[in-house]
Amino acid sequence: MKVTEKDVTYVADLANLELSAEERVGMVRDLNSILGYIERLNELDTSKVEPMAQVSDRYGVDESKQGSARFAYATRDDILEGLRKSLPQETALENAPDSDGTFFRVPKVIER
Amino acid sequence: MELAGLSIDDARSAVQKRKTTALALVEEHYTQIQKEDGQIGAFLTLCKERALEQADRIDRMAVEGKPLPPLGGVPVAIKDVMSTRGVRTTAGSKILNKYIPPFDCTAVERMEAAGAVILGKTNCDEFAMGSSNENSAFHPVRHPRDLGRVPGGSSGGSAAAVAADMAVVALGSDTGGSIRQPASFCGVVGLMPTYGRVSRYGLIAFASSLDHIGPLAKNVKDAAIVLRTIAGRDPMDSTSADIPVPDYLAELEKPVRGLKLGVAKEYFGDGLDDEVRHAVESAIDKLKRVGCEVVPVSLPHTPYAIPAYYLIATAEASSNLARYDGVRYSYRVAGVKSLSEMYRRSRDEGFGAEVKRRIMLGTYALSAGYYDAYYLKAQKVRTLLTRDFEEAFSKVDAIVTPTSPTAAFRLGEKSNDPLAMYLADIYTVTADLAGIPGISVPCGETREKLPIGLQILGKHFDEGTILRIAQAYERSAHSGS
Repeated sequence: MKVTEKDVTYVADLANLELSAEERVGMVRDLNSILGYIERLNELDTSKVEPMAQVSDRYGVDESKQGSARFAYATRDDILEGLRKSLPQETALENAPDSDGTFFRVPKVIER
Repeated sequence: MELAGLSIDDARSAVQKRKTTALALVEEHYTQIQKEDGQIGAFLTLCKERALEQADRIDRMAVEGKPLPPLGGVPVAIKDVMSTRGVRTTAGSKILNKYIPPFDCTAVERMEAAGAVILGKTNCDEFAMGSSNENSAFHPVRHPRDLGRVPGGSSGGSAAAVAADMAVVALGSDTGGSIRQPASFCGVVGLMPTYGRVSRYGLIAFASSLDHIGPLAKNVKDAAIVLRTIAGRDPMDSTSADIPVPDYLAELEKPVRGLKLGVAKEYFGDGLDDEVRHAVESAIDKLKRVGCEVVPVSLPHTPYAIPAYYLIATAEASSNLARYDGVRYSYRVAGVKSLSEMYRRSRDEGFGAEVKRRIMLGTYALSAGYYDAYYLKAQKVRTLLTRDFEEAFSKVDAIVTPTSPTAAFRLGEKSNDPLAMYLADIYTVTADLAGIPGISVPCGETREKLPIGLQILGKHFDEGTILRIAQAYERSAHSGS
């Protein structure tokens, strides 16, 4: 057993999840089972291998350029109002669970 | 009209020649949905008003004698992970059960601009996380041929809708096999295009470096027509490639004689069901008979694909799903006193078990002290898996494999064992990691009459070749040669 209940509590906290006592027990079991299987990655020597974050790194990049210029394929000129106009405030608030018509409303953030 | 086997061209030309109307075609599909979907559960939301409006527009074009666009009057279904303006979009999750997007996904917009009539939104595993459709927060989808079995996942609703003639074609999404595996289970064609070929603007993100949109169709030509419609650069998605879109229909007509097909032993090892193996081997023989050459290739890192995938996909998911905070558009729990309590309890109640499991695994893999051992290690293995394909594709034009190690399994069979469920994706995840295109085409049935799928993988941006091989197989299978 590598992952403990304490680890699960810590990670749940990072992920903004609460998890019931029962869920925590299940999570310890499942994460250990999955990570046990994942261990097999250590059979591979990757000390000289570059990590790959994006597929487009492999076909879009201009290797002759430096820094962010290498990724010119993914950039465009700035447009004043964006490619599509921003949503009207009223539309942007339509799906909000709570709003005052101008802002999203949430419970008190700072406790006094 | 007879809906069984109805293709895009059948539907479009019948409307164009006024043998039927787009309106009648839509009504017939809704009748079929009403008749079949109570048992199957492929649809979550129908958008009749939007469909009738579009059908009317197409019918007026037909009456005026104007040529219809490529999908003119064709009834389609859209997986519920793609945003549809004014039509509820849930991603199969309770956390979005009331979400009505104010905009359209680019792929949806392009389908409609090409004349497609959107019938509704199809069921899927929650946030596309699953291989059986049992992770939908609403209800599972059942296999159209055997209601005790799963249709595959996560695009199970889209696959079942097409298989049961409730739509002519459907859009799905594929992050680890979610188009190809359900296509294989349900006996339809499923195409995952190259990463970057189709814009993901408006697709609810699961794992951004792996998510793809593609078609599920009754035949290969229909998949090609849909790909041509949705492919190409979109300024709204910086990962969409600025590479010209070929005429896939012209590609289909090119000969397959002389094409080299790679066969990798790593895809025919332990765990592959005998009936599936036999069907796939016969399919490869058929391709030989139409002039393809079979060449053994090696993809030695294949056994490491599932572990690498489940680290990368969950790490990206844990970040993407942070946006569901109960503030702007997602579910919020009632009666909370603090912001932090609101976040936690809304997410606890809004997300299902598998989604929480993946958020936890991904957060763990990215957390201090584990990043190098897990996430970075997986990214390096991703490089090795991609190199395997590059090496193989220096010798062959395409690689043929089974799509899934088994035919459709039973509901509940794997739902209590996450690892067993993950292994259902064993032959599909590598293509997502490498960003190469793949297609699943039906290649026979088991003794229990369950469909089997042949997977054809291609080079980056070479969808033309895999479509061509898939169609050559489809034709040879139909002619019985």
